Amino acid sequence: MAAAGSSLGSNEAPPGAIPVTKSQELVYELKIGDIMTRQPITVGPDCLMSELKEILRVKRISGVPVLEAGELVGIISLEDLIVALERGETGARVGDRMTRRVQTVYADESVIQAVNCFARHGYGRLPVVDRQGHLVGIVTQGDVVRGLLRQLDVQWQEEEIHRYRASHIFEDIESDQTGLVLRYKVVARDFVRGGEASSKLKRALERLGARPQLMRRVAVAAYEAETNLIIHTDTGGDLIAEIQPDRIRVVALDTGPGIADVQQALQPGYSTAPDWIRELGFGAGMGLTNIKACADEMRLESRLGVGTRLEAVFNLTLEEQRRPRDS
Amino acid sequence: MTVEEIVAKLGLQVLTGQAALQREVTGGYACDLLSCVMARARAGNIWVTLQAHANVVAVASLLDLAAVVITEGVQPDAATREKAEAEGVALLTTSKTTYAVVSELARLGIAASA
Repeated sequence: MAAAGSSLGSNEAPPGAIPVTKSQELVYELKIGDIMTRQPITVGPDCLMSELKEILRVKRISGVPVLEAGELVGIISLEDLIVALERGETGARVGDRMTRRVQTVYADESVIQAVNCFARHGYGRLPVVDRQGHLVGIVTQGDVVRGLLRQLDVQWQEEEIHRYRASHIFEDIESDQTGLVLRYKVVARDFVRGGEASSKLKRALERLGARPQLMRRVAVAAYEAETNLIIHTDTGGDLIAEIQPDRIRVVALDTGPGIADVQQALQPGYSTAPDWIRELGFGAGMGLTNIKACADEMRLESRLGVGTRLEAVFNLTLEEQRRPRDS
Repeated sequence: MTVEEIVAKLGLQVLTGQAALQREVTGGYACDLLSCVMARARAGNIWVTLQAHANVVAVASLLDLAAVVITEGVQPDAATREKAEAEGVALLTTSKTTYAVVSELARLGIAASA
C-alpha cells in the first residue's frame, strides 16, 4: 500500500512523484470556507482613522475590510494606520486611505489558493467572498495553520471515535431493549462477491468489540448462510444480523425455490448442488451442519415454492457481553 | 515458524499478501471443500488446497488464516489476486501436490489444527 495515502483527486501519481504529505493533501482538500473567520469585523468608508485605531487595538486585529452599502470596497490595515499616525492625519476618512483594489478569495476554493496568495503578495489577510461577491469572512495565515492542525486532529481521532462509539453503543443508547439490525443483500450465483456480506458483518462485530471466538462462530454461520443464498436460491435473498447486548441472531431469508424435505436437508453431507458448483468447492452438504455446530440455536423453516427462513441464534456468555478493553 | 520461513523452505511462489509473511503459523489444514475448511481450520493456520477462486480468499479472510497454499500449479485469476491483495491474504503457489506440501509441512513441525 502506498505510504502517501490518497493523492489529489487521482489514484495514480506520476512515476517518480514526491510523496504528498498529509498537510499538503489537506491544503487541497480543505475549503477556505472551512477555516476562515466568519462575520469579520468591518468598517465603513466614513470611519475615521482615530476610530479605526481603537477598533484594531480593542479587537487585537491588524486589518479590516471596508464595506459600503454591503459591498466590499476596500481593505485597511495597521500599516495604513501607522502612516496616518506619522503624518498626524488621525482625522482622515478610512475611505481615503484604504487599498481599493482588494485581492479576494472565494469561500469554496481550496485553502491552497489562499496559501499561494499570501506567498505571492505578502498579504497578511484576505477577504473571503461568495460567488456573488458578498463578503462572508476573512482568512489569515494563522487561520490556515489552525485549520490544518484542527483537521489533522479530527482525522486522527475519527477512527478512534468510531471504534469507541460502536463499542459503547449498547450503553450510550438507553432503551428497554437496544438492538442493531444489519441487512445485507445477497445476489444469486454471484460467486465473485461470495463472502462479502459475512465479511462486512464480521468487521461490524469487530468494531462493536466482539470477542474473536464469538466473531468466528458468527462469521462461519453467516458465511454458510450467505453461500446457500448464492447457490440455491432463485433470486438471492437477505442476510440479516440482529445484534443485542446478550445475543446475536443471524437470519437468511429467500423467496424460493424452498426445500422439499427439511429433515433430509439437515443430514450432514446431503447436498443438491450441481457438479459445477461442487467443482468450486461448494455443495459439500455441510453448510447447515456447520451453522448448527456454531450456533446455540438453529431453526430452518421452508415451503416449496414459497421460500426459506434460516435462523441462527448466538447467546453471549457474561464474559462475551463485556467489552474487551474493560477486561 | 513464520509464513516467510515456510515459503523459503518449500520454495513457494508468493502471489499476494507480502505483509502477512511475517505471521506465525499456528497449524495446518488441507481440504478442497470450503465448508470443511470453515468448520475445521483455525486462525493462523496455513491452508493447503487445489481451489483457486475468489471464495478461497473470502474463507481465508473470515477465518483469519495465515496463508493459503494453492497446489499442482493452479493459478488464481486476476480478480482473485486483487481480492486477496485487498484483504491482505497471502496466496502462495507451487507445482507440488497437496500431499507433498502437507508432508513437508509436517516435517517442519507444522501440526494439524485441532
